[in-house]
Amino acid sequence: MSAGKPRLSRRLSEFGFLAFCWAATGVALIALVAILWSLFRQGIGGLNADVFTKSTPAPGSQGGLLNAILGSVMMCAVAMAGATAVGVLAGTWLSEFAKDGRYGKVVRFLNDVLLSAPSILIGLFVYELMVRPMRGFSGYAGAMALALLAIPVIVRTTEDVLRLQPVSLREASVALGAPVWKTTIAVIWKAAQGGMLTGALLAFARISGETAPLLFTSLNNQFLSLNLAKPTANLPVVIFQFALSAYDDWRRLAWAGAMLIAMAVLAVTIIARLTTREPKRS
Amino acid sequence: MTVQTLEAPETQVLSLPPDQAVIQVQDLKFFYGTKQALFDVTVGFKRNAVTALIGPSGCGKSTLLRTLNRMYSLYPGQRAEGQVLIDGEDILGRGVDLAALRARVGMVFQKPTPFPMSIFDNVAYGVRLYEKLSRAAMADRVEESLRRAALWEEVKDKLKDSGLGLSGGQQQRLCVARAIAVKPEVLLLDEPASALDPISTAKLEETISELTSDYTVVIVTHNMGQAARLSDLTGFMYLGHMVEFGETEQVFTNPATARARDYITGRFG
Repeated sequence: MSAGKPRLSRRLSEFGFLAFCWAATGVALIALVAILWSLFRQGIGGLNADVFTKSTPAPGSQGGLLNAILGSVMMCAVAMAGATAVGVLAGTWLSEFAKDGRYGKVVRFLNDVLLSAPSILIGLFVYELMVRPMRGFSGYAGAMALALLAIPVIVRTTEDVLRLQPVSLREASVALGAPVWKTTIAVIWKAAQGGMLTGALLAFARISGETAPLLFTSLNNQFLSLNLAKPTANLPVVIFQFALSAYDDWRRLAWAGAMLIAMAVLAVTIIARLTTREPKRS
Repeated sequence: MTVQTLEAPETQVLSLPPDQAVIQVQDLKFFYGTKQALFDVTVGFKRNAVTALIGPSGCGKSTLLRTLNRMYSLYPGQRAEGQVLIDGEDILGRGVDLAALRARVGMVFQKPTPFPMSIFDNVAYGVRLYEKLSRAAMADRVEESLRRAALWEEVKDKLKDSGLGLSGGQQQRLCVARAIAVKPEVLLLDEPASALDPISTAKLEETISELTSDYTVVIVTHNMGQAARLSDLTGFMYLGHMVEFGETEQVFTNPATARARDYITGRFG
């Protein structure tokens, strides 16, 4: 066909396709904005100093979310510490050592299964693993359940970003006489650190709002407690309990808690973006 | 090929006296899985000289280079048979310390591969693996290496900046500096200028030709002019065979084999 205007049918199909893409993007964005808007509208009213300084109240009395915030922070921190260590090492093993060997393939498949496992199953599993033998709900059991949810996410993203690193980079380090483990840590991890951090943050975002596994493990605690060996309060379970209650002040606190989680995930994501900016390439 | 009817030998390989060859390759066969890539290659690489390996793509030049530092050992299905003697020691043997070997036989690759760290740390990386130097001694070593790679003047005020911020030509000279900082005996260059513009290439060539006072250099190149300018000896490879090996001047002006003549005069390849 000679140069000139494309045929009408082609222009029409291009227009149709573009319109479809725009519409799909719009639907997704509208949902997101609607969620954030209702969260903000309802949450901002419940947000005050008490939220951060007082523990969860009995219905009708003054209170806040301090015990739940602290409990969530502690359990997430313990879970992320453990999950990052295990997940990064397992992902590194898959990418750098197991590669496409049979054992590697099996582990990768099982990890993908775990990645999509319903979180309530993980909760039940840890209930049987820790809560029953230890005769009680505890923050450690909660952290364990959260870690089990975070690990497959970190394994997956770590492996993916490490595989993106060029072969030539590995060879260049090995060619200088560096053993493979040294190459992996000093060069490949360094080159992939932004992506690895993003993976850890995705995992954090996933576990920060998980409720089901915590119902079976850490349960809840009305009082302020720093002891993870005891039942531990946490935001998701408090939100779950308060949001379904008949009391207006509890429901306001639930909205405030939901907004706090959303803000925390947003803040952590933004900080990570800023700190892992790639150096400019000329 | 019909040119075989000319009265020329199939192959002609100059053999170096043993005391001149740092590396002596003997009956080397190489396999990628079941596919054989090198056939009974026998060749010596002369001390403090530049040897160029030329030939059409897929002829085995890079494969030969990658056996000299056992780079292929990173990959399970690849193996070599025969002998590669470096200073009399067969490096294809089982008990060879590969890391130590690679510290003796440095390599620079086709594409610049700066590490994601500062310019200083890029150069110091390999040195730190094998030597414990004081801060001052390390700074000296880094400066010396960057000077020899003709990069010092351009980067001396920004040693703490990322190596990724340099231009392609600078990155490649950084890789040369990094390789010579560990003081290897042999330097393998795998088409080091193929990703560079002409000016960067000229700078890199200048750098390479100044290195021969201390190093034995083996360079794979697709650029005939580069081979002719830079090297003392040239090996022409074809389909996994070392077809012709000799003094560069002789190989380029009066090749003994028909294949080498056809390739160099541009009749194929």
